[in-house]
Amino acid sequence: MQSFKAIAANSDMYCHSPFYLRADESIRNQTRFADLGELELSAAGFHHDTNAVDLSRSSIYNNLHFGGLPAELGTAGAEVETGQQYMLHKATTVVIGGGAMGNGNFENWGDSALAENSQRTESSTDIDTDDKNQSRGVQDGALVVVDSMDQSKGGTGDQKQTLRRLAQNREAARKSRLRKKVMDFILCSAYVQQLENSRLKLTQLEQELQRARQQGIFIATGSSGDQSVSIGSNGALAFDIDYARWLDEHQRLINDLRSAVNSHMGDNDLRVLVDAVMSHYDEIFRLKGVGAKSDVFHMLSGMWKTPAERCFLWLGGFRSSELLKILGNHLEPLTDQQLMGICNLQQSSQQAEDALSQGMEALQQSLVETLSSNCLGPTGSGNVADYMGQMAIAMGKLATLENFLHQADLLRQQTLQQMHRILTTRQAARALLVISDYMSRLRALSSLWLARPKD
Amino acid sequence: MTYQTKSWGSNCPTTRSSSSSTNDPAIVERIGRLAAANAVVIFSISTCSMCHAVKKLFRNMGVNPTVYELDEDPSRSGREMERALIGLIGAIPVVFIGGKLVGDTDRVMACHISGTLVPLLKDAGALWL
Repeated sequence: MQSFKAIAANSDMYCHSPFYLRADESIRNQTRFADLGELELSAAGFHHDTNAVDLSRSSIYNNLHFGGLPAELGTAGAEVETGQQYMLHKATTVVIGGGAMGNGNFENWGDSALAENSQRTESSTDIDTDDKNQSRGVQDGALVVVDSMDQSKGGTGDQKQTLRRLAQNREAARKSRLRKKVMDFILCSAYVQQLENSRLKLTQLEQELQRARQQGIFIATGSSGDQSVSIGSNGALAFDIDYARWLDEHQRLINDLRSAVNSHMGDNDLRVLVDAVMSHYDEIFRLKGVGAKSDVFHMLSGMWKTPAERCFLWLGGFRSSELLKILGNHLEPLTDQQLMGICNLQQSSQQAEDALSQGMEALQQSLVETLSSNCLGPTGSGNVADYMGQMAIAMGKLATLENFLHQADLLRQQTLQQMHRILTTRQAARALLVISDYMSRLRALSSLWLARPKD
Repeated sequence: MTYQTKSWGSNCPTTRSSSSSTNDPAIVERIGRLAAANAVVIFSISTCSMCHAVKKLFRNMGVNPTVYELDEDPSRSGREMERALIGLIGAIPVVFIGGKLVGDTDRVMACHISGTLVPLLKDAGALWL
């Protein structure tokens, strides 16, 4: 015989009808709290009793407002079959909220984190006090074990009292366990919520910081003078800003050049525009030199370029030899002399690139040797002077990185200038447009790539 | 702790004419003598990566330059020659073609891109095509 736990709404209800709660499998499955053991029991088999318990029901629902549980509990109860006469929502109240029905045996919920509990505890105490004189098992929301057999037998008062006490004890223990589970659940939910909020906030702050850095630096320094000086200390950021401005200006000049070429402008006027673009190229090489002095690694990393551009990065910039390949057939028709000049330029830029690449390899190799040198001795005991000496040597080698970057930029600049020298004004204009378009496409490719839908 | 970029680094224009023995005529004469002795002469430092790059440039073109590693000079004048060259030109490596001064890395690269290096080499007999 299973033990049934009945929860009485009030004395009247208890007397008149048998209230059973049982761990019925079908009922259990209808609840949403599979891991809340007894809570299922109490939530299941909810039956709306509209008579004497109306007043209490509202208070119960009020009491159930904590965490994410109450609403679900209420609905869980409502979902359940009402075939049987269970005062189950009362049970819920008692179990979770210590309800208005709690008697003195129940643990005081006031020590829990939930504010409502203290209210309920008070109210339960009031009721308890009022009903003190009456038989506990009979009048208030005492959790009583009612055995159907017992009920039908109608055993002696002593027997009933003993049974009631046992039931009370069991119920108290059960409630305690249940409360612990509920608390754990609530605390976990709260914690997860807090984490989630923090994460969102962090993302927001990061975005704000990024925006502020890109835009706000000028405002912060407040000076309308030489921005590169006022930004000064953060060389990488300063260069990024300068580069962005350079790129805007470059686009403007290219657009002017394009409309000039399309409108078949005269050579003299065209030359002015071509020279303007060439001078503007000189400007970026100057800026790169300044940037390299403050942060050579930033320049070498190419982080100031878009990802696709970075893929083709060579010593902090584009490959001169690549540039001429891009031009390909766009320069035709070329005179023989021009053709030879372009071919030679192609070859010499390639050779210079190779030489610089090999120099970089030698530098890296040399650095590896310095850093891995056995200056610590066979016993492993360190000699600080040796260590510092090796570090000083390594520092010296790192300093030559700036030299290589400088040489690479010189190479790029001189390739452009030599190309300009070989070609006519119109050819040069077309060449600059082709190069610029290629770079734009690379940048556009980067944007597309970054915006692609990720699965 | 001082980082001796002068000894290992190549293009260090800041060290120009800082040394007391820069204008020692014997040293300068020695440099000139060595430079004129071969078609392509490179004054280099063995540990310098930029020197390595310049040497590679010529060798990849098929040129066989005469290289003087100033830090490995058995006669003790290597150090002094280095100082003299840095004083006069500003950096190591320094390249001479046909006995005539071309210059440091900047100059050599610029010459090559502008197309003047190859004719120089051919004139000096260092390059045949």
